[in-house]
Amino acid sequence: MARATTTRSKVIFTVIGWTIGFLIFFPILWTFLTSFKSEGAAVATPPQFLFFDWTLENYREVQSRSDYFKHFTNSVVISVGSTLIGLALAIPAAWAMAFSPTKRTKDILMWMLSTKMMPAVGVLVPLYLIFRDWGLLDTRFGLVAVLTMINLPIIVWMLYTYFKEIPGEILEAARMDGASLMKEIVYVLTPMAVPGIASTMLLNIILAWNEAFWTLNLTAANAAPLTAFIASYSSPEGLFWAKLSAASTMAIAPILIMGWFSQKQLVRGLTFGAVK
Amino acid sequence: MLTRTLLLGAASVLAMASFANAETLTIATVNNGDMVRMQKLTDDFTKKNPDIKLEWVTLEENVLRQRVTTDIATKGGQYDIMTIGTYEVPIWAKQGWLLPLDGLAKDYSKDDLLPAIRDAVSVDGKLYASPFYGESAMVMYRKDLAEKAGVTIPEKPTWDQIAEAAKKMTDKSTETYGICLRGKAGWGENMALLTATANSFGARWFDEKWHPQFDQPEWKHALKFYVDLMKEAGPPGASSNGFNENLALFQTGKCGIWIDATVAASFVTNPKESKVADKVGYALFPTGGVENHGNWLWAWNLGVPAGTKKAEAAQKFISWATDKAYTELVASKEGWANVPPGTRTSLYANAEYQKAAPFAKITLDAMTAANTSKPTIKPVPYTGGQFVAIPEFQGIGTAVGQQFSAALAGSMSVDQALQGAQALTTREMTKGGYIK
Repeated sequence: MARATTTRSKVIFTVIGWTIGFLIFFPILWTFLTSFKSEGAAVATPPQFLFFDWTLENYREVQSRSDYFKHFTNSVVISVGSTLIGLALAIPAAWAMAFSPTKRTKDILMWMLSTKMMPAVGVLVPLYLIFRDWGLLDTRFGLVAVLTMINLPIIVWMLYTYFKEIPGEILEAARMDGASLMKEIVYVLTPMAVPGIASTMLLNIILAWNEAFWTLNLTAANAAPLTAFIASYSSPEGLFWAKLSAASTMAIAPILIMGWFSQKQLVRGLTFGAVK
Repeated sequence: MLTRTLLLGAASVLAMASFANAETLTIATVNNGDMVRMQKLTDDFTKKNPDIKLEWVTLEENVLRQRVTTDIATKGGQYDIMTIGTYEVPIWAKQGWLLPLDGLAKDYSKDDLLPAIRDAVSVDGKLYASPFYGESAMVMYRKDLAEKAGVTIPEKPTWDQIAEAAKKMTDKSTETYGICLRGKAGWGENMALLTATANSFGARWFDEKWHPQFDQPEWKHALKFYVDLMKEAGPPGASSNGFNENLALFQTGKCGIWIDATVAASFVTNPKESKVADKVGYALFPTGGVENHGNWLWAWNLGVPAGTKKAEAAQKFISWATDKAYTELVASKEGWANVPPGTRTSLYANAEYQKAAPFAKITLDAMTAANTSKPTIKPVPYTGGQFVAIPEFQGIGTAVGQQFSAALAGSMSVDQALQGAQALTTREMTKGGYIK
């Protein structure tokens, strides 16, 4: 009897799990389906689910109108670049906070996080002026710099929590054996924290990939990433859902594929510590 | 390896240097059909001007407005040409943000521009932007449904005639709704329609001393008429419908009457997109007791920001994109029905255009009927037709639009919406220093 209950509850949980999963995934699926519809079918009521005339017209149109690869390259450079620089700055910072804390460490952490609390638009004009004077407007370098700064608090916080899980004694032992500070970080700490670093890196690439305020406001033609590519397909006068969906599908595909391949790493990193 | 990298680097530097001779113009624009067509036809321009390269930045309307405003206000210099509306041109020109267009090509025919449009983009007699396409508003209706319902819509209808026809055309069992009007909140969405409607009922936004007039009977009359009509003969969920939603409804045969921008006519008569392409009739924007067709006037224009260093090349491009020759270029490649409408008198005298665009006459009538310097019967301190040409209007218009959208949705009464609008507009206008 007990066995039957277990099976039944397993089935129920599985169904619930799949239902929730499907609900969360549905908007992406719908975008994907809409990208193969004609503009008329995209706004039809009742909505057409699978039985419509499938067409590649939208992809052709998007390809002929925009330079996808330019935007794609910009997205890759900006998201990977800002994440790597962010990690290089954050690993030593998180190390210091985790393994040699002072009485101000908590305050510093809070202060770092507080920089995220201001709405971005509040600093738009000052930052725009700085960018203008330094010639950074519409450059990849400028965007890498700004996204690094924006995501740095999150990187430090994530790494700090991961590092806290690593027993300080191991590092002490390494020190006793004569390891220098650099060696201690590179050969002892980093290998142990790889899952944490990897998931921080992946999460930040995703965040930077999707960042749509600064990437739209600080670029024009040269450094515009995929967010600008999507923004160009919405129209105040004329139907645009199908073309916008095609552009969105093309913009999220790379990051979706990356997320798919690294999901094990991501999940492991995000739950790191919680199971201990 | 190092040598190879160095060689590659040197080669790319040389390649860049050879490009340096060509001047690159960065053009910010919206994703509307006519602009997209312009992008596709730019080969014609670059062939004639091999020393000018074009870079396009296409953005969604509101993103574009925010983006170019930041750039122009800080003199960021990211764009050499901007696509801006008739709302921005006079405000920005007075701020000194736009360069006067005095370097247009010699054969650019300024006199051929429709007077109403030319005035809308000029300040002190100087052109500050060149109109690319223009629009007013009009009534589009289904001739077949009108016939079936036994109603006729005259060329100059009144709101009462429209309401009667809409009610008779409604058949909710087949999801056919007599009238589709904008309801989505926004200064450029429902407030464009409602300001024009209010004008046609004799209402005004402000009196001569900038006091809001939502507490006056004309506004109540106009708003109550709109809400009642939409409740009886409008589609469900109308408070979230804007131009595109209504376009989709009309094209799929679900609306009897649609009153909106004249540019919509080219969409609803396009047989590739519209199920009702051959069944559309047109009439002027309705009047509500006073002789006023709403005074809706809008144009998308190309302007040159004061921060650019390439003003000469920019004006060369603007001359190409907005003069008569461009119209002929579009006609030869894509047919007369696809030329950008509403900017030039000569287009409406063209027999071929009249044949290809059955809505040409009524569009011209609507545009010539619009008078943005006298939007409504009573005297006002502002200009503008379906908007009030002051910098604060974007914010105020959208906030008032939210009140009226809520009245349409039924979450507040017409009186409450008007009271809310009156209070918030008074507050903002006092803050802005208009009300002393």
